[in-house]
Amino acid sequence: MKQEILFQMKSPYRDDFKIQGFRFGEGEKSVAIVGAMRGDEIQQQFTCSQVVKNLIELEKDGRILPGHEILVIPSANHFSMNINKRFWAMDNTDINRMFPGYDKGETTQRIASALFEQVRGFKYGIQLASFYMPGEFIPHVRMMDTGFQNVKLAKKFGLPYVLVRKPKPYDTTVLNYNWQIFGTQAFSIYSGDTDTINKESAKIAWLSILRFLNSMKIINNNIHDGFNSSVLSDNDLETIKSNQAGILYSLRGAKDEVKEGDLLAKILDPFTGAVRSEIHSPIDGTIFFAHDKPLIHQNTVMYKIVKF
Amino acid sequence: MIKTIISEGLPVDEQLMIRKKVIQNGTGLKRICIVTGTHGDELEGQYVCFELIRRLNENIQFLDGTVEVYPALNPLGVDSVTRGIPTFDLDMNRIFPGDPNGHLIEHTAYEIIQDLKGADMVIDIHASNIFLREMPQARINVQMSKKLIPFANLLNIDFIWIHDAATVLESTLAYSLNVIKTPTIVVEMGIGMRITRDYGDQLVDGIFNMMKKMKMWYGTVSKDISKPMISTNGVVCFMNADVSGIIIPSVSHSVDVKKGDLLCQIVDPFEGVVLQDVLSPVDGVVFTLRTYPVVYEGSLIARIFSKTPCGETV
Repeated sequence: MKQEILFQMKSPYRDDFKIQGFRFGEGEKSVAIVGAMRGDEIQQQFTCSQVVKNLIELEKDGRILPGHEILVIPSANHFSMNINKRFWAMDNTDINRMFPGYDKGETTQRIASALFEQVRGFKYGIQLASFYMPGEFIPHVRMMDTGFQNVKLAKKFGLPYVLVRKPKPYDTTVLNYNWQIFGTQAFSIYSGDTDTINKESAKIAWLSILRFLNSMKIINNNIHDGFNSSVLSDNDLETIKSNQAGILYSLRGAKDEVKEGDLLAKILDPFTGAVRSEIHSPIDGTIFFAHDKPLIHQNTVMYKIVKF
Repeated sequence: MIKTIISEGLPVDEQLMIRKKVIQNGTGLKRICIVTGTHGDELEGQYVCFELIRRLNENIQFLDGTVEVYPALNPLGVDSVTRGIPTFDLDMNRIFPGDPNGHLIEHTAYEIIQDLKGADMVIDIHASNIFLREMPQARINVQMSKKLIPFANLLNIDFIWIHDAATVLESTLAYSLNVIKTPTIVVEMGIGMRITRDYGDQLVDGIFNMMKKMKMWYGTVSKDISKPMISTNGVVCFMNADVSGIIIPSVSHSVDVKKGDLLCQIVDPFEGVVLQDVLSPVDGVVFTLRTYPVVYEGSLIARIFSKTPCGETV
């Protein structure tokens, strides 16, 4: 393993900002793995650190197969992570909305450009991603429908689901989209949590990456096959929205199987504790996404359920 | 009359409300909408809303049509000094045209579009951010320029910037309205978290001038309407910091500069040394200038409109 500084920038008063890379093996640029790009992606950083830890041991045992280079970048935004901010510490811009970047542009465009320069050209790209809505997911692989996506490969992660969704205009500036446009097979891994560490779901995520690498014959690391992933599109998910605001008393969470009519949650009056609304499942299915903050707005997404 | 177009519950004893002031007179069917406060730290539009409504109220007999004013599309942000929408991750001006089945804020964006749809003109007022000061200017996507430039010329602004079509900008309010044939012009002026009264008065004069040409205002209008520079008659040069440090400005905003003029210095307060003299690469007008002193490598320092190519930084 070679630890390298891939990008360095002086700050007026803080320590230098550095992006560190961990390079394994030599040969074809096989896979690049990117962890936290936002300051609250602690689960993603932790998961990536475990990937690095596993790869160090595999390399020691000679189980990274010849002819393959693996690059892991656990963190691209610790300047924000160290001060509890989600977006770039100085101007609150999002590095993951700046790809493919611009080396003569603004600071986060330059960071994105430097990062993309390092990770482009790899055969496979894996990002440990987080979602813009607060909540818990079933671990899954997410891909954008750019015409370049390869669902068969996504199933090699052995996670329960592969979600393929149509990109929205703002998606054109995220890493995953640009990876695909520039010829890399790109996968975003959602392990369910963001600003807290969930060891169980993190382990599912890092094992899925090792499983993929093993399946692609980049490493030799026998591991059980995982799930036979179901492939979903947005249309396969039933959205349940809140009809009231208040305190959310959740009874069911992500991964739970539910029947039509099952009580999923109650929304409580924050003053009297009275039940304002009971949220029932409209279908039989598995909860794919569940809002997990204790307060809920009216008319917002509470659950997404995979229809059986 | 004040109309509530969105009212959704927040968790504890409060409604998220988006409201508009509707001013109507006569039998004219023309409708213009003035929207602002998408970014909660951009307050220049607040004065425009106030002054426009004040002047209309004083001379309502000259109005023949409807003026709708939306001072705060992001009321939670404006009231809490927050650029984005508190509790929501995405920039509000990157989620249009919204989604009726999405998060509350995506649903809100959808309802805003439905409410504005069909207006004869929408002016979407922004105020840069806390880092940069902007000359009063219209920003127009090249795809819509033919239709919108004649209106922008009436607005008493100093500059019209025709920008390239970028996919990401398709998720803005202005783009989303323009594609459904509701003409919308983005106005940028001033600086975040402040109100520049002169700029506000200038734009209000322009809005009345535009209403007059649209035959929905029959009162007097300013005779001193500015003829804006148009970016297609020259080039826009971007100047970014080469080094991180503290900026000491040397020129004012909205001035003419010559090639080689010192715009600012980036200094190191620890060592007492100048890290970079930022020199103008061209003759031109500084229409954007950084005011926030702390810069990182890449921070935007200035944008200069020039009749000659930008070339390399001097």
